[in-house]
Amino acid sequence: MTTDWPLYEVFIRAKSGLSHRHAGSVHAADDEMALNHARDVYTRRNEGVSIWVVRSSEIVASDPQDSAALFEPAKDKIYRHPTFYEIPEDVGNM
Amino acid sequence: MVDKDQALLKYVLRLGDNALVHGQRLIELVAHGPELEEELANANFSLDYLGQARMFYTYAGKLEGAGRTEDDFAMLRPEHEYENLLLVEQPNGHFGETVVRSVLFESFYLLQLEALVQCNDAGLAEIAARAIKEIRYHLRFSSQWLIRLGDGTDESQQRVQASLSESWTFTGEFFAADDVDKVVQDEFQGPNLEELQQAWRNNVATIVAEATLQLPEDQWMEISGREGRHSEYFGFLIAEMQSMQRAMPGLNW
Repeated sequence: MTTDWPLYEVFIRAKSGLSHRHAGSVHAADDEMALNHARDVYTRRNEGVSIWVVRSSEIVASDPQDSAALFEPAKDKIYRHPTFYEIPEDVGNM
Repeated sequence: MVDKDQALLKYVLRLGDNALVHGQRLIELVAHGPELEEELANANFSLDYLGQARMFYTYAGKLEGAGRTEDDFAMLRPEHEYENLLLVEQPNGHFGETVVRSVLFESFYLLQLEALVQCNDAGLAEIAARAIKEIRYHLRFSSQWLIRLGDGTDESQQRVQASLSESWTFTGEFFAADDVDKVVQDEFQGPNLEELQQAWRNNVATIVAEATLQLPEDQWMEISGREGRHSEYFGFLIAEMQSMQRAMPGLNW
């Protein structure tokens, strides 16, 4: 049995309209504490307006060994990028 | 009876003293916290308190009009001129003891600030409004910890229960109104300490119940802090806090 507190991943929304981004991780004994620690460690210089925390063990991650199978097939399919189309000026940023 | 201006000055200084001394105790936890994240949290809280002390002392200097600055009040007064609550100067003890002290003090301080936001002295009301947000978070943090430890293992429960019973003797002082409190209440629409006491008891009882702890019986209360008579620990606290200013007067950076 480990006596370390579980690890939580911290996601911060920098301002409304933006999506949450991974900021780092904290140790905490429970969910409330994880939120407090995330606030105290990652938002002390006004970095955020919203925080998500999730137990690191709850994250399902892809296996680096599968990289070739998962990601390489997309590399030669440049026609999937919408760069061949002219965007009318009125549309603005997409 | 104290005169109106004198009472306000003393009241503001007491607020500064509470913030400074509680903040000094919390900064002592740096390098002694149970976890890195807890250390950072407590150091942040300490800096919040230091910031509040600066606002109170700067305002006190303005009220006094004798040219004293925040540093004069914080660093150059002798022990008996500090009129902080005795609770905040108590040693940190184990982590649970610091948590208990923080819950008891912050649940009072928050109510005090909420009342001061309504007072008719604009300077004080403004500082209170700024401080209030910080203290809401501190209290949330400390009360969650009390619940975690109280409703934790047998040992953690037993230890915070003992801390709660020991600290209780310092809580009567929060509400022991003297002339200064009365003048601030009457002349500046400051806090009504009897009402505050009711609200405080209710709030603390809720947290204590959730922590599966027993609210201590009211007993004999220590109330000499605001007369400048401190517990034996206070001399050591300010000796350390003031040591740089005493060794190198006027030191600045």
